[in-house]
Amino acid sequence: MEVLKAISLRKYFKTRKKSRGSDGLVRAVDGIDFSLHEDSIFALVGESGCGKSTVARLVLKLLKPTSGSIQFKGHDTIEFDKRALKRFRKSVQIIFQDPFASLNPRRTVYNTIAEPLKIHNLATRSGMKDAVSEILGKVGLRPDILNRYPHEFSGGQRQRICIARALAVSPEVIVADEPLSALDVSIQGQIINLLTDLKNETHIAFLFISHDLKVVHYFSDTVGVMYLGKIVEYAKTEDLFEKPLHPYTVVLMESAPNVEPERYGKMHSAPLKGEVPSPLEIPLGCPFHPRCSKKFDPCDRIVPELQASQGRLVSCHLWNPY
Amino acid sequence: MGNYSPTKIFWQRFKHNKLAVGGAFIVLCLFIVAFLAPFLSPYNPNEIDRKQILESPSIEHPLGTDELGRDLLSRMISGARISLLVGFVAVGIATIIGMILGAFSGYYGGWPERIIMRFIDIMLSIPTFFLILAVIAFIGPSIWNIMIVIGVTSWMGVARLVRAEFLSIKEREYVLAAKAMGASDLRIIFRHIMINSLAPVLVSAVLGVASAVLVESALSFLGIGVQPPTPSWGNILTSGKDNIEIAWWLSVFPGLAILITVLGYNLLGEGIRDAVDPRLWDAEKK
Repeated sequence: MEVLKAISLRKYFKTRKKSRGSDGLVRAVDGIDFSLHEDSIFALVGESGCGKSTVARLVLKLLKPTSGSIQFKGHDTIEFDKRALKRFRKSVQIIFQDPFASLNPRRTVYNTIAEPLKIHNLATRSGMKDAVSEILGKVGLRPDILNRYPHEFSGGQRQRICIARALAVSPEVIVADEPLSALDVSIQGQIINLLTDLKNETHIAFLFISHDLKVVHYFSDTVGVMYLGKIVEYAKTEDLFEKPLHPYTVVLMESAPNVEPERYGKMHSAPLKGEVPSPLEIPLGCPFHPRCSKKFDPCDRIVPELQASQGRLVSCHLWNPY
Repeated sequence: MGNYSPTKIFWQRFKHNKLAVGGAFIVLCLFIVAFLAPFLSPYNPNEIDRKQILESPSIEHPLGTDELGRDLLSRMISGARISLLVGFVAVGIATIIGMILGAFSGYYGGWPERIIMRFIDIMLSIPTFFLILAVIAFIGPSIWNIMIVIGVTSWMGVARLVRAEFLSIKEREYVLAAKAMGASDLRIIFRHIMINSLAPVLVSAVLGVASAVLVESALSFLGIGVQPPTPSWGNILTSGKDNIEIAWWLSVFPGLAILITVLGYNLLGEGIRDAVDPRLWDAEKK
C-alpha cells in the first residue's frame, strides 16, 4: 500500500534578484512525482543543491509547496484539519543530517525523547521514564544517559538519540535527510545497521535522502535520481545499479568511490564537468545538457519527459526518441 | 571545545576576565548592602538631628550629615536599596515586554512583525528621557511610576535582540524536528527557542540595569523621581548641589556611588557578553 505519494510537487523560492533570462525564481523542486510503499525504502540521490532536502521539508509539511500535493494514505496533506494534522505528525518523522544541530542543546536526553510522548499522550506521567528507557534501548543506548545533555555525546550517539526521538511515536514513515553524511565512516556502518534492523523489525517506510550511492545500493528498494529539482531517473535499485540509463546517473556512479569498479569501469564516459548550474538559471532544453558527454541535436532545445523505458522511468533523449 | 557544556565554557571564560569579575564583585557588594540595609546602617536614615546639621565626615558620622542632620552613610545605604529596586523592576518590565513582542514578531513574522518593528523605530526616535519627563509630569512622581515608565520606554532593544535570535533559531533543525513531531507553537517558542536565546537577553538586562539606575538618579536629582524624605542617590545629590560650597561630601559620595554602580553593571554585562560570544572563542584559539 502507498503510504506517501508526491504528485507533481513544486517549490519555487522567490529571490529579489531578477536578471535577463531569469524571473528571480529558484526552482528548488520542479515537478516531481514519487510514491513510497509500506515497508519499503525509497531513496532520493543527487548532488548538493539539487533540491533533495527541500523535498524532505515539503513531505513533512515544514514548507508549503508552490503547487502539487503530497498524499498520506490517499489523503491530501494540504487539506488536513487540526486533528488530521496531528495524526500525520505522529505518523511521519524526520532524522536530519547534522546530529549536532538537531538536538536542543539545553534539553536532556530524557526531555528530548519524552517530548513526542507527551505531545501525543503516548505514556502516563509515571510510566514516562520506562517508556523513554525502552525507546533508548531500541537504538542501542543505555538508560543511564537520561539526564545528560547533547554536548556530552559523540556524533554517532547523537544520531542515535535523534533516531530514538523519531521512533518514539511509532511512526509509519521516517524521512531520513542524509542521516549518515555528517558521521565518520565507521559510525556510518553502525547507523546503517541500526536503520536496517529497525526497518526489518518495525516495517517503517523510509524516504532516504542521500548522495552516497553505496549506502543507497545497500539500503533502498527504489531510487529516484534528482538533478536540478527534477527526477531524471526512477528505477528499482537493482535495475538502476545493474544498468544506469541516464548519463547523469552514469557519471554519478562513476564518480562515487568504491562502487564495484569492475562492474562500472567499462563505461568510459568522461567525468562530470563543471558545477551544478544555478537553479535560478536552469539551462534550456535538457537541464543536464551543458555537462553531458552524450548530448546531441535535440538536447539543448527540447526538454525530455520522464518516460518509461526498459522497466523504469528516465528523462533522456537517448532512450526516449522525441 | 566540543564536549564541554555551555555553562562550563562560560565560567572558564568569565573567570579569566578580571574586569568582569570586578564588576561581578561590585554588583554582589551592592546586593549585600541592599539586603542587609537595616543591619548595616548606623542610624535611622530619616532621623533628623538639628544639632548635627552638615557635619563633615567623622568617626561618629563616617560620611558626614546632610542639611537636616541625617546620617549620610545610612541614607546612602537606604538609597542603594532604592536604586537596586528601580533598576531591577524597570528592567524586568522592559525585558518581559521586549521578550513577548520580540518572540511574537520573530516567530510569526508577517504584518504583525512589520507593525511591531515600525513601532520600535518610532519609539527609538523619541528622546526617551524627555518622554519620561513628560509622562512623570503628567502622572505624578512616585517610585512605582518611575519604575513603570522607565520599563515601558526601554524595551525596544530587548525586542530587537529577541526577534533576531528567534529568526535564527527557528530555522535550526531541532526546532524543525519539534514542529515535525507536532509540538504546539507555545511549546516551540518557550521550550526550544526562548531557552536558547536567553544569553543575549541577560547581557542586555544587566546593561539595562545600569542605565535604569542612571535615569532614576537623574529624575530624582531633578525632583521628579523618588520623593524626599525617601532617600535616593539622586535626591541626595540635589541637596548636595544646594550646599556644594560648604559640604562637598553630600555631592561626592552619592556621585561616586552612582558611578561605581553603573560601572559595575557595565563591566559585568560586557563580561557576560564576551564570555557567551562564540566568535571570541575562536579568536582566542588562534
